[in-house]
Amino acid sequence: MTESSSAPTAVLTESESGPPDPTLGIEARPDVHKVGMACFLASEAAFFSTLIMAYVIYLRHGSHGPTPDQVFSLPMVLGNTACLIFSSFTLHWAEKAHHSGKTNVFRVLWAATIVLGTLFLVGTGIEWRGLIRDHGLTIGVNMFGSTYYTLVGFHAFHVTLGVIALAAVLWLSVRGELRGKSPMPVTLVGWYWHFVDVVWVIVFLVVYVVGR
Amino acid sequence: MLALLAAASQPENLSILSPASPSAESIKGLLILVCAITGGILVLVEGILIYALVRSRRRAGRDDAEPPQVYGSKPIEIAWTVAPGIVVFVLVLLVGRVLWEVRPDADKPPPGAKPLYVTVVGHQWWWEYRYDSYDGRELGITTANELHIPVSEPGKPPRPVYLNLQSADVCHSFWVPRLGGKTDLLPGRANTMWLQADQTGLFLGQCAEYCGTQHANMLLRVVVESPEEFERYLAEEAKPAIDPTEKTALADKNTFRSLSCVNCHTIRDKQDTRVNGTFGPDLTHLMARKTIASGMVENTPENLRKWVLSPNSIKPGCLMSGFELNEREMNSVIGYLKSLK
Amino acid sequence: MATAEIEPAATATPSPPPWTATLHEWLVTVDHKKIGVLYVLMAVFFLLIGGAAALLMRIQLWAPQLTFLPPITFNQFFTLHGTTMVFFVGMPVLIGIANYAIPLMIGARDMAFPRMNAFGFWTTFFGAVLVYFSFLVPGGPPAIGWFAYAPLTENSFARGPGVDCWALGLIVSGIGTTTGAMNFIATILCMRCPGMTLRKVPFFVWVMFWTSLQIVVVMPPLTAALTMLEFDRQLGAHFFDTQAGGSAYLWQHLFWFFGHPEVYILVLPAFGMISEVVPVFSRKVLFGYEFMAAATAAIVVISLGVWAHHMFSVGMSRTLDLFFVAATMLVSIPTGIKLFNWLATVYGGKLVLKSPMLFALGFLSMFVIGGLTGVILACAPIDFQVTDTYFVVGHFHWVLIGGTLFGVFSAIHYWYPKVTGRMLSERLARWQFWLFIIGFIVTFAPMHIAGILGMPRRIYTYGSDRPWEIWNQIATIGALIQAPSYLIFAYNLVVSLWKGDVAGDDPWDAWTLEWATTSPPPPYNFAVIPTVKSRRPLWDLKHPDDPDWKYE
Ligand code: HEA
Ligand code: HEA
Ligand code: HEC
Ligand code: CUA
Ligand SMILES: [Cu+2]
Repeated sequence: MTESSSAPTAVLTESESGPPDPTLGIEARPDVHKVGMACFLASEAAFFSTLIMAYVIYLRHGSHGPTPDQVFSLPMVLGNTACLIFSSFTLHWAEKAHHSGKTNVFRVLWAATIVLGTLFLVGTGIEWRGLIRDHGLTIGVNMFGSTYYTLVGFHAFHVTLGVIALAAVLWLSVRGELRGKSPMPVTLVGWYWHFVDVVWVIVFLVVYVVGR
Repeated sequence: MLALLAAASQPENLSILSPASPSAESIKGLLILVCAITGGILVLVEGILIYALVRSRRRAGRDDAEPPQVYGSKPIEIAWTVAPGIVVFVLVLLVGRVLWEVRPDADKPPPGAKPLYVTVVGHQWWWEYRYDSYDGRELGITTANELHIPVSEPGKPPRPVYLNLQSADVCHSFWVPRLGGKTDLLPGRANTMWLQADQTGLFLGQCAEYCGTQHANMLLRVVVESPEEFERYLAEEAKPAIDPTEKTALADKNTFRSLSCVNCHTIRDKQDTRVNGTFGPDLTHLMARKTIASGMVENTPENLRKWVLSPNSIKPGCLMSGFELNEREMNSVIGYLKSLK
Repeated sequence: MATAEIEPAATATPSPPPWTATLHEWLVTVDHKKIGVLYVLMAVFFLLIGGAAALLMRIQLWAPQLTFLPPITFNQFFTLHGTTMVFFVGMPVLIGIANYAIPLMIGARDMAFPRMNAFGFWTTFFGAVLVYFSFLVPGGPPAIGWFAYAPLTENSFARGPGVDCWALGLIVSGIGTTTGAMNFIATILCMRCPGMTLRKVPFFVWVMFWTSLQIVVVMPPLTAALTMLEFDRQLGAHFFDTQAGGSAYLWQHLFWFFGHPEVYILVLPAFGMISEVVPVFSRKVLFGYEFMAAATAAIVVISLGVWAHHMFSVGMSRTLDLFFVAATMLVSIPTGIKLFNWLATVYGGKLVLKSPMLFALGFLSMFVIGGLTGVILACAPIDFQVTDTYFVVGHFHWVLIGGTLFGVFSAIHYWYPKVTGRMLSERLARWQFWLFIIGFIVTFAPMHIAGILGMPRRIYTYGSDRPWEIWNQIATIGALIQAPSYLIFAYNLVVSLWKGDVAGDDPWDAWTLEWATTSPPPPYNFAVIPTVKSRRPLWDLKHPDDPDWKYE
């Protein structure tokens, strides 16, 4: 092996001075933030899949204590679900509004999303209070309690984070720091929110429809 | 040669290469076959590596030019994808056959067989055995730490043993290497396992799933007996504990019953069932066992005394507490235990 | 050379910064190179700690019925040893090396998310601290084994907070690892220099991409399982509480769904490192890049579906057993492809037997043995006999050391000159290599025999009637032969910092972009972002008459 100096560097940088060879076929690189968010959501999906699987496996495991068909009141949950699903629409419309430069419409719709998310959280709180007070369902009472509170609780935790993120974006918008047609914060928080919604739809189907 | 054979059938032998049951036998066969195949692959790969090294080492000093750059070759790649593929295919078929051989259905013993069904419960760190039925006879005998099973003699009806494996606390695993592979005992889940011994004698093994402090001393002893001896064993074990009539013996018994031993141990008695704890091993026929503390030490009066005084000095961390008995009490307790023939 | 001349003059004028300033700089750094070095230093530190625990265990097993370590201590030690080696040695060292090398290899100035990168390192580090904090809590460290089978981890069997330290530590460090993986994916997808299409990345980069995908998919399920465990212990849930309907069986599935891919996470980056070293030191291009690339993807995908080969003795149905047998064995096909391609790369080359290549050859000759014992284990009926014995211990050390560690040592010897500007001492490296490989074989070969003779793993002692003593003694001697090799390595790393020969930018006459910048590289890596045409840009430069891009 020859004792080589820093010659290659020189050559390499020199060749840079000219315009890049057009035949190189430079790919368009995806945006880092989008890739990062996609990875994050993938890991979240893996996390929730595990919790959902545990829920399904433990369905009707261990006999004593309240069971799903005794405790769930569908109207409440349906209202909650409607809030969350609708919030995905308001979010989508908000993004569109921003894209076409209607900043005020954007802010109103965005705020509506926050309100709907908050309603969902309040609804969940009320539901949990009912479950604990009226049905004695706690995390330690039986397998149903353990899996239910873990799954729904982690989802609610994600909704909470989502609401905070939404609020932060609104704050940026009010301060006029969102530039461009589709600013990155809007897109990324939007992805996250849609994701949390989709997770809820699955949780809803598993817990309140199939699992009953 | 004979000496080797003799050594192989010693109880100290736990080698999976000295099988004493049909399942251990077929696993040994598979192991040797697979070792031959993988050994062949190993020789091939290391051979190519050494050859390539020698060749390229020789070139090294020649001149400064780089060797020819070879970027790859599709036919070669396909060859070394397909060849291992074939090996894998053959291996899976072989494995499939042996798998069905060593895991037969427990509820379908071969025709004409005289099956023994035993429930095995793993405890931290000892074994509970409940003889459920033998050749269609209900048994209902409980004992601990020494499993007796009948041998399957060639030319006679097979006497398969089906173990129903359960656990009282954490995961354990039942493994007597010369009698076959292991199966785990999981709490909340019943497993079954097939044992069948071709030879009489003592077969050792030990718990093979980490189960806490004394996992290392959760030893297994399986005694394989002739069908006649096994019948005698069952008859003995089925009896209740001897009821002492002699005065001192009666006093010993009462001393024992006044202690907290009864909370954890069972001694099946004719009249009453006050000694019916289930946390520790059944002591009804304690003296029928060669060892105590699941095979750790010999069952001698001195060891019993040491054990009752301080189980932790024999088996550190074990779940029986020590008893600071005075000399008289201790003598009584040991005297009573010795009477549990 | 030039730097050596101006050094005296340079030291005369500005006084060196106070050590506190240097320390501060390292603690708050977001430079991928410094973070990479931190990861590696952490791993080397824990390698010595974990190795010391192993050494103590080996002494305890020297003869039957020794009382050198109390039973609980022994059980705590193998738990810590396994946890440390997997999570605080293996993962950090691989992530650290990749952290250092990848931006340089793809011609980028840093990772995609530098601050998240620093976050990843510090969470990993604090996870380790949390696990070791268990030494200070009542009851001491957990004694549950590295896969922590339920319900031994539940409150009823493990009362002290040791298990909580362990679980929380792994959750925290797991989050760090996952963010690290996301960072690699984003970096590799988005930060490649012009001309470097995904088909032209150096092979190590390709492998890290797939490993990172693997991490993103399998690490969160472990986090979820550990969270359930903590809910059981802290909030009274019952996921793995078998007395209240929880399932010991589910824990095993959840753990191994992570645990099996984890072992490939531990070996794939080493495959990548070998794929950089072997070509350079054989003076030949990597043989069959495309097939190697496809094999990597195949390993990642297949290994998601083989986990239950760790559970053959758990009493699954025969059909399920056979499915996992077949899936497990399938992995040997792509692994074989890799091995054969490395051999083909060596074949017809011109061997340069410097230390990186020595370790790479150690890898090539040893990994295959561990892989083949893996295939033996994958035969379910054989596994019924040898699972949870020292045969398994032999297998996994053979792949973890013969694979991962040899690869890592090769990589560290390869990139050290780039990182420090100095060469490691060849003489010390040779001592290390020979002590290491001999000690390794002497330690772990007898374990296979002990396993076949019926010795279960995780036993703190054995009876004098057991025929295992001699094999244990050989193994312990082997560990004692190995031990100095690790110390020599650590010594070499430190001393060569100022005693080593000045390396120059490209001491190995190599072909990937990291050798195009200075050693050590400036904070921004490249003054001008390079443009490449092939997988070996420096080859193209050095051989303008016969460049690679004509053939790719
Ligand atoms: C670096 C980590 C690593 C790697 C790469 C591997 C690779 C493999 N492992 Fe291993 N394994 C572990 C780490 C690893 N393992 C660990 C840590 C454990 C134990 C965990 C614990 O219990 O604590 C374990 C346990 C383990 C078990 C469970 C044992 C038990 O507990 O009962 C099994 C069973 O199937 C297994 C199989 C395999 C197989 C088939 C491979 C294959 O990937 C190997 C493939 C490679 C080759 C086969 C060689 C090269 C190929 C050729 C030359 C081609 C031709 C070959 C053929 C056609 C056969 N491993
Ligand atoms: C990368 C992973 C890795 C590595 C490198 C090693 C390295 C070693 N391992 Fe380990 N091992 C595992 C991963 C690893 N192991 C895992 C996952 C388990 C399973 C755990 C479980 O069952 O839960 C295990 C289990 C395990 C066991 C089984 C324990 C049991 O079942 O009872 C044994 C027994 O001999 C062992 C031995 C060794 C030895 C002798 C080394 C040697 O190679 C170590 C050599 C290193 C040294 C000797 C250090 C040298 C340094 C000094 C002496 C100086 C010390 C100075 C300071 C601290 C400042 N290991
Ligand atoms: C806290 C419950 C408990 C009490 C009280 C208790 N034991 Fe035990 N005993 C055990 C357990 C558990 C074992 C099994 C220990 C092991 O092998 O790990 C055992 C094992 C034994 C054995 C060995 C049995 C065998 O076959 O291995 C004997 C003998 C014994 N106990 C006698 C006694 C006597 C006598 C007393 C009272 C003085 C007593 N035990 C009180 C729990 C208890
Ligand atoms: Cu019971 Cu290990
Ligand atoms: Cu595996």
